[in-house]
Amino acid sequence: MSYPPHPEVPGGSPPEPEPVQLLRPDGTTVEHPQYAPETDPAVLRSWYRDLVLVRRIDTEATALQRQGQLGLWAPCLGQEAAQVGSGRALAPQDHAFPTYREHGVAWCRGVDPVDLLRIWRGTTLGGWDPARRGLHLYTIVIGTQVLHAAGYAMGVQRDGAVGTGDPGRDTAVIAYFGDGASSQGDVSEAFTYASVFNAPVVFFCQNNQLAISEPNERQTRVPLYQRARGFGFPGLRVDGNDILAVHAVTRAALDRARAGEGPMMIEAFTYRMGAHTTSDDPTRYRQAAEVDAWRPRDPITRFATHLRSTGAADDAFLAEVDAAADELAARVRAGCLAMPDPAGTAMFDHVYAEPHPMVAAERAWHEDWERSLEPAGGER
Amino acid sequence: MAKVTLAAAVNAGLRRAMDADPKVLVMGEDVGQLGGVFRVTDGLRKDFGDDRVIDTPLAESGIVGSAIGLALRGYRPVCEIQFDGFVFPAFNQIVSQLSRLAYRSEGRLRMPVVLRIPYGGGIGAVEHHSESPEAYFAHTPGLRVVTCAGPADGYWMIQQAIASDDPVLFFEPKRRYWDKAEVDTATSLADAPAGSVEPLHAARVVRPGTDVTVVAYGPTVRVALDAAELAAQEGRSLEVVDLRSLAPLDEGTVTASVRRTGRCVVVHEAPTFLGLGAEIAARVTESCFHHLEAPVLRVGGYDVPYPASRLEEAYLPDHDRVLEAVDRAFTFGGAY
Repeated sequence: MSYPPHPEVPGGSPPEPEPVQLLRPDGTTVEHPQYAPETDPAVLRSWYRDLVLVRRIDTEATALQRQGQLGLWAPCLGQEAAQVGSGRALAPQDHAFPTYREHGVAWCRGVDPVDLLRIWRGTTLGGWDPARRGLHLYTIVIGTQVLHAAGYAMGVQRDGAVGTGDPGRDTAVIAYFGDGASSQGDVSEAFTYASVFNAPVVFFCQNNQLAISEPNERQTRVPLYQRARGFGFPGLRVDGNDILAVHAVTRAALDRARAGEGPMMIEAFTYRMGAHTTSDDPTRYRQAAEVDAWRPRDPITRFATHLRSTGAADDAFLAEVDAAADELAARVRAGCLAMPDPAGTAMFDHVYAEPHPMVAAERAWHEDWERSLEPAGGER
Repeated sequence: MAKVTLAAAVNAGLRRAMDADPKVLVMGEDVGQLGGVFRVTDGLRKDFGDDRVIDTPLAESGIVGSAIGLALRGYRPVCEIQFDGFVFPAFNQIVSQLSRLAYRSEGRLRMPVVLRIPYGGGIGAVEHHSESPEAYFAHTPGLRVVTCAGPADGYWMIQQAIASDDPVLFFEPKRRYWDKAEVDTATSLADAPAGSVEPLHAARVVRPGTDVTVVAYGPTVRVALDAAELAAQEGRSLEVVDLRSLAPLDEGTVTASVRRTGRCVVVHEAPTFLGLGAEIAARVTESCFHHLEAPVLRVGGYDVPYPASRLEEAYLPDHDRVLEAVDRAFTFGGAY
């Protein structure tokens, strides 16, 4: 792994610890003194299914954008283990705050992939019920949601839903953000708030190496996980393409938060294999060799190898998952094409929770206007 | 009924709201132990504890961003932004998040967050402590923007703002914090007889008159009333409308008044260009054109940054500048 250069402390910097890894890129396992991998074959198989289906949703959505059915798509290609590994560590009562690329987390939280496309097709700015899913809406202005997570976690504390020892009650919050967002003031403010109030929040940074075109070197002079230390809580780096490691460290961090031990930061070291969005041209800022170097570290390939070698899954299972992915892709595609456009007056809905005379007046005007455009006799 | 200051009235209103609903939280810089730099939250921490009266880190985006998170968890945060000029670090959270979450979620989320902002000049302060940024927020769909001019509105309106399921920016005219009036602070909003408290978004005719409508809000209501008193001595009858709500605007109260008087002057401290006065002038012109004897005139702050305090007396619209505009409204078509 390539680390960004950072300044030397006089007398020499402390040695950089290796990221937590339980599964090597070749699919063999690594012993870790602190973190143990999940071993239940049924669970492992379900995670494999998650990874493959999420990738299929992602590639199908990219295709739908290319075909003009979506206005835009932000691919999560390559980041599936970081998202599914952390998403599957969440308890039902936990609450996650995503960026706009957390399709794998959304999948884990039960958001229908067709609903996930609604923002990108332009039929809504949201798409699902955040309270029901335990997943806040996608947030586009970088880093703002990290503060929401800190505040939500402060609310969890006030509800007495931390440190009770009741696994059905104790609640953690997870804030997703990227390496680019780490430069945003809101992220630093969220670290401060979470730290001084000891709020039950896990800051989950997917370092996918790129903020659109800008490499890590333009965001930070230290490994990102080390930022946590300056704010007074622990941080660690995990191999973000190793679902076993991501799950183990996230589960531990969430457990710690639920127990009332405060925030923690996880830097999932991964790589954005696709473009920033479908409007982006990565050939302008990265070499093919860099992408090729990450290809052997693919999160799904290594996990498939692990499942086969441990006997948790056989070729028939993998084929079955591929078939399910095809089926899902077809459903997503059909759902996308069948998605109705909102009514013209929908833009006036929910600007406010309570009645608002100015919105009401403009709605009435617009309705009259639309009616005035209809030809006499009613039929267009 | 005791006479209380505006600061004490808002304090009493906060206390009533916190008594009425355990989900109401007060948060901001120095609001706990100190009771706020203007003492508006004085004593709340002692009575409600530091879980409900939160001294936050010194980071305004953090105040609003974490309040959004608390609201998502079911709380009703009342945030103090210490001074008007300190709201800008939180601008992004207010405009791109707080104002839109009901909309983005198609009505599934609500944002019952109140941002209390002491605003306006006249206290001899240093830079960033005397500004009137209300138009930025009135321009932002999804926000409600209100301002009180005196103790009674301070007491009732803060409770109404807290009861609202929408985000409310609550502007408090800091140079009026020490104005006193009789307020029934023994009665809470819930216990007030039906119809006895004006709706949050209603403007109010605070002095009836026949010749000119002077529209003011917050700190300039007093200025307009002073002008009306002086004008009366010269035989001119000014009707003063306290706007109270800047978004939504209570257009009906303003236009009904202008239809009676035929003249309209709008007064605010904020810079005149693209201020509330511009919007009111446009709306009054659109709906009262044939009733108008003169163009709607604006009396505002100059289009300069709020100046050093030794100059603020010259900057701030006073009753003489209001009366000058009233004169112009009368001489239109002649000397105009």
